[in-house]
Amino acid sequence: MMEPTRYRLASNTRASAFLAFSSIILVLMLAALPAVAGRGLIQDLIFVFYMLALAQCWNLLAGYAGLVSVGQQAFVGLGGYLLFALSIGSGIDPIAAVLLSGLIAAIFAVPTAFVVFRLRGPYFAIGSWVVAEVYRLVFAQFKQLGGGTGTSLPPSVTNEIFGIEWVKAAFDVRSPAARDIITYWIALVLAAGVLWLAYLVLRSRYGLALFAIRDSETTAESAGVDSFRTKLGVYVLVAAATGMIGALIYLQKARISPDAAFSVLDWSAYVIFVVIIGGVGTIEGPIIGVIVFYALQHYLADFGTWYLILLGALAVVTMLFAPKGIWGYVAQRYGVALFPVRRVLVRPDE
Amino acid sequence: MLWLGTIIEGVLLGGLYALFAAGLSLVFGIMRLVNLAHGDLIVLAAFAILSLTTWLGFDPFLAALLAMPVMFAAGFVLQYVLLNRTLGRDLLPPLLVTFGLSIVIQNGLLEVFTADSRRLRLGAMETASIDLGGNLAIGVIPLLTLGSALAVILLLNLLFYRTALGRAFRATSDDLEIAQLMGIDHHRIYAIAMGIAMLVATIAALYLGIRANFDPTIGPARLIYAFEAVIIGGLGSLWGTLAGGVIIGLAQTVGAKINPEWQILAGHIAFLAVVVLRPRGLFPRALD
Repeated sequence: MMEPTRYRLASNTRASAFLAFSSIILVLMLAALPAVAGRGLIQDLIFVFYMLALAQCWNLLAGYAGLVSVGQQAFVGLGGYLLFALSIGSGIDPIAAVLLSGLIAAIFAVPTAFVVFRLRGPYFAIGSWVVAEVYRLVFAQFKQLGGGTGTSLPPSVTNEIFGIEWVKAAFDVRSPAARDIITYWIALVLAAGVLWLAYLVLRSRYGLALFAIRDSETTAESAGVDSFRTKLGVYVLVAAATGMIGALIYLQKARISPDAAFSVLDWSAYVIFVVIIGGVGTIEGPIIGVIVFYALQHYLADFGTWYLILLGALAVVTMLFAPKGIWGYVAQRYGVALFPVRRVLVRPDE
Repeated sequence: MLWLGTIIEGVLLGGLYALFAAGLSLVFGIMRLVNLAHGDLIVLAAFAILSLTTWLGFDPFLAALLAMPVMFAAGFVLQYVLLNRTLGRDLLPPLLVTFGLSIVIQNGLLEVFTADSRRLRLGAMETASIDLGGNLAIGVIPLLTLGSALAVILLLNLLFYRTALGRAFRATSDDLEIAQLMGIDHHRIYAIAMGIAMLVATIAALYLGIRANFDPTIGPARLIYAFEAVIIGGLGSLWGTLAGGVIIGLAQTVGAKINPEWQILAGHIAFLAVVVLRPRGLFPRALD
């Protein structure tokens, strides 16, 4: 009698095992980069890292949990304002304030979720945007934080950030450059952390529940998935990460205003653009998307309105001709996965 | 008496919001399309009217009448060539395409018309008002806006429930596959619906431009008010959309009465309060 072939479930691929190793090396190399790179490159990379982190967060919500939000700027702005309130008001070190901002953003996310989770699909998208507008208008009321016109982070706060003296001595730079280096490291930790977290979540049982909800909420529930709690979990997690990223962004900018901090264009439209150009529902996609977005901005931003027209047109064209984005196209064509989150059957002899 | 004035003002403002929302309601009700460019399309129509008044010296009402067939054609082509390809179960394609479109329209208008604030001029009629006695007066233009909103929604309802086209609209909204089996070319139906939505957007643009200053960047805020009105009203219900517009208008004027800085906030809070209690809106006609 022939022995039946015993397949096993696996989610690692050869490419992914190689990548896990090389990504650790890459992060270490990036961490050491300020020793050789100029200030301009460091500032550009801070931008790349926070856009990547925001894109991964949005991707986790929309691409995996089916929560298509147009209102994540609520948590970016909230994080930014919390950083200002904590570091100006209570004299907390900005690095600690970044972490705390994330925690407080997560707490704010719970009541927010109870409002927006009443809504589904397109209603959720619009509702989340309205909630972000409510946050913007409420923060414009705080006169201590500059009201509608906003406020700046005093140099006394930014120049006394934890570790700045050490960086100044080690890299032989002045305060502004040292501040950029510290911000760069936080940005790197956040981007790598969000990526790693998304990868872990998606490969877990919890990730399976998310896929199920995205594909059919009713079916997922009938299979025993508590859809409200699962969605709430990912929403709060993403809010915490987004709050920290927002705090970091405004630590770097050192100036905040309600219109900028809660901007639907900067923190939703561009982030959605990055995810979709790269490939929604993949971890690789936002990485490619952010590189494309950075390149476009770097070379074309001087053209002002024409650059934005091109960006909008590119979004339209991508959606029409490559709706799965660049990575979606590559993965389908060549069957590769660097961050595999799907389970596949493997023959024992493979 | 003070409050009566505020309430009248709120209802009249609601008329403007209902005009912003009526076209969106039609499109959302028939094809579930989340058109994030709707606000920018209204602003585009306002600039089209402005161009006709400045270049050819037409009165804004005549200019709007001339702009209407152009906007209908633009809507038809936009839907037929572009938006029809994005429709499906997935929410992301229409969302990204209309977001992209919104950015293109906004920046295109900035390039052509600069960021200056504009206004449609009507002369003495702009400030004319009807005295109701007891310190109460209502502006002719706000009254005309509400009247137009009522007329538009009445006509759309007649179209929707009394004509063959309306039957096709309802059929594609209720069950796309069966409608197709019955020989309805849904792509054409959707394109006509978008064309009609742009007709209404042109009327909305006329009153937007007469009542206040506008510039290329104000589209997204109008879009939010419009969507709030649509969602409060319920999917596919045009009278519901009018009610939604009036609720937002009332909340805003009452909020502004308490504290001028709370105007917009009060509208949003009213919207959130309604959807928390009734997530499908007040008068949904169709299933979503």
